[in-house]
Amino acid sequence: MKKRQEQLSERTKDRLRDIAFLSPSILGVSVFFIVPFFVVVYYSLISNPIQHKFVFFKNFIALFKNSAFLTAAGNTLKFSLIAVPLAVVLSLLLAQMLEARIPLKSQFRTFFLSPMMVPVASVVLIWQVIFNYNGSMNDFLSLFGIDKIDWLKSQYAQLVVGALFLWKNLGYNMILFMAALNNIPRELMEVADIEGATPWYKFRHITIHYLSPTLLFVTILSLINSFKVFREVFLLTGDYPYESLYMLQHFMNNTFKSLDYQKLSAAAIIMALVMVVIIALLFVFEDKLGKDVEG
Amino acid sequence: MKKKRYFGRAALTLLAAIFAVLFLLPTVLTITNSFMSESEINSNYGVIYKKAESSGSTYISEKVNLKFIPDKVTFSQYITALIKSPDYLLKFWNSAILVVPIVILQVAIAALAAYSFTRYRGKLKSFIFFFYVILMLMPYQVTLVPNYLVSDWLGILNTRWAIIMPGAFAPFSVFLLTKFMRRIPASLIEAAKLDGAGEWHIFTKICLPQCRSALYSIAILVFIDYWNMVEQPLILLPDSTMQPLSVFLSQINAGEIGLAFAVAVIYMVPSLLLFLHGEEALVEGITNSGSVKG
Repeated sequence: MKKRQEQLSERTKDRLRDIAFLSPSILGVSVFFIVPFFVVVYYSLISNPIQHKFVFFKNFIALFKNSAFLTAAGNTLKFSLIAVPLAVVLSLLLAQMLEARIPLKSQFRTFFLSPMMVPVASVVLIWQVIFNYNGSMNDFLSLFGIDKIDWLKSQYAQLVVGALFLWKNLGYNMILFMAALNNIPRELMEVADIEGATPWYKFRHITIHYLSPTLLFVTILSLINSFKVFREVFLLTGDYPYESLYMLQHFMNNTFKSLDYQKLSAAAIIMALVMVVIIALLFVFEDKLGKDVEG
Repeated sequence: MKKKRYFGRAALTLLAAIFAVLFLLPTVLTITNSFMSESEINSNYGVIYKKAESSGSTYISEKVNLKFIPDKVTFSQYITALIKSPDYLLKFWNSAILVVPIVILQVAIAALAAYSFTRYRGKLKSFIFFFYVILMLMPYQVTLVPNYLVSDWLGILNTRWAIIMPGAFAPFSVFLLTKFMRRIPASLIEAAKLDGAGEWHIFTKICLPQCRSALYSIAILVFIDYWNMVEQPLILLPDSTMQPLSVFLSQINAGEIGLAFAVAVIYMVPSLLLFLHGEEALVEGITNSGSVKG
């Protein structure tokens, strides 16, 4: 009986110690993220913070009729749809290139990774010099008789930002893919070679299988980073960019300035839901791709 | 057959070299341009800001004149930035005083939490960990709203704490460090336990030393993320005298483009030094962030 009691108290002690280790983090996360998030949900459903009248989905409906929000969401979506696949494919190519036993591999790796360490704010000057209306890119293109393009104030603006985005993010993704490529069992590839498999067959049936968890992660990561592209846009063009560069974060910033809590909350919740749906979809997709590899 | 393969490798190497040039160019150009004299920068790039400036006396080229090598190498821009305009140094200090506490606090809090996620597992724990992952994946557009509300309630809005506190509790380090710690052999911990070591002892004397390189790599990752921040200060710290250099650099105007390159280089020095020193650790850290599952 006494022994059992001792055991019990030992277990309680263990639990208490466990809580002690986790509590700083849990407490902070609760205070700064979880509790206020419930308030955000609440705000999104009421008329205003003074009257507290429930209006259900009225704020959401209003948001979907708000032209600024629609522009911002559309631009962000368009950017992500183009930039994310590019970020995934190009970084996979870079990784395969480096894993193809080329000389100076580690130097190349350093070079490709270096943009990640350079603050965007530091290189925007050069970017502006290159893509200005009177800039070097137009100068270069004029050699081929191409007319001047106002890169940052035309439909090409997203291209420029996309280039900066890729420049910044490819290195990180590439490292992830390189690690994954190294995890593919060499014998498997050798067997495939002996059996006379084509490179495409090997890629489709072996590489992709083994890469699928990394593919999932790189896609999610690139997606999150594509939502952060406001940073690049802001540093390049300031508060008031060309319309095609008006991103969701611009919309949020402006709404913060007007302190419209309902609008802010509704927008945040829509974003959260969209993210959860996308992540869930990617997980399902990855499960299909990676079948019979894991586990 | 062999010849063909050799040729393929040469082509790949060439391609890699072209990519490498593209990747290095912006950084290298920023650095070389920082050694130009003010008048040279003005004449080369002044046209970008022409509308704002019409002093007339200095020569400004009609076209932007991108140059690798300065006509005359000079440190004058650095001297001006470091000694004559304390404004930039102040902004640099602003960046440091925001980022350093975030890195230290986030890694310390995460180490404790990761230990808990490693040592004691259960249904509830898995759920909490999964929740951290979801939170980690949420973009700023989602997390900044709750952050703003709390800062407002606590009365820390427009103070440095509004950025430091949410940064200190960001779940990224917890996620990454937990993955590292779970790889420490359980036998190591069990043996210490049998010897009568307490949890705190196991944590500080066994767990942390085992994770030394992981802690370093996570610290680097957190540092570069926050050194580059723009969104948080714009919303949580609108007072421009406290904003970091990253925000300020984009607002440099016509009269100061000469200085801007030097300031940009000064700003990238800390992260470049970290990179040169800790590249291996960094690569290891990135590699281990590589899967959301497990």
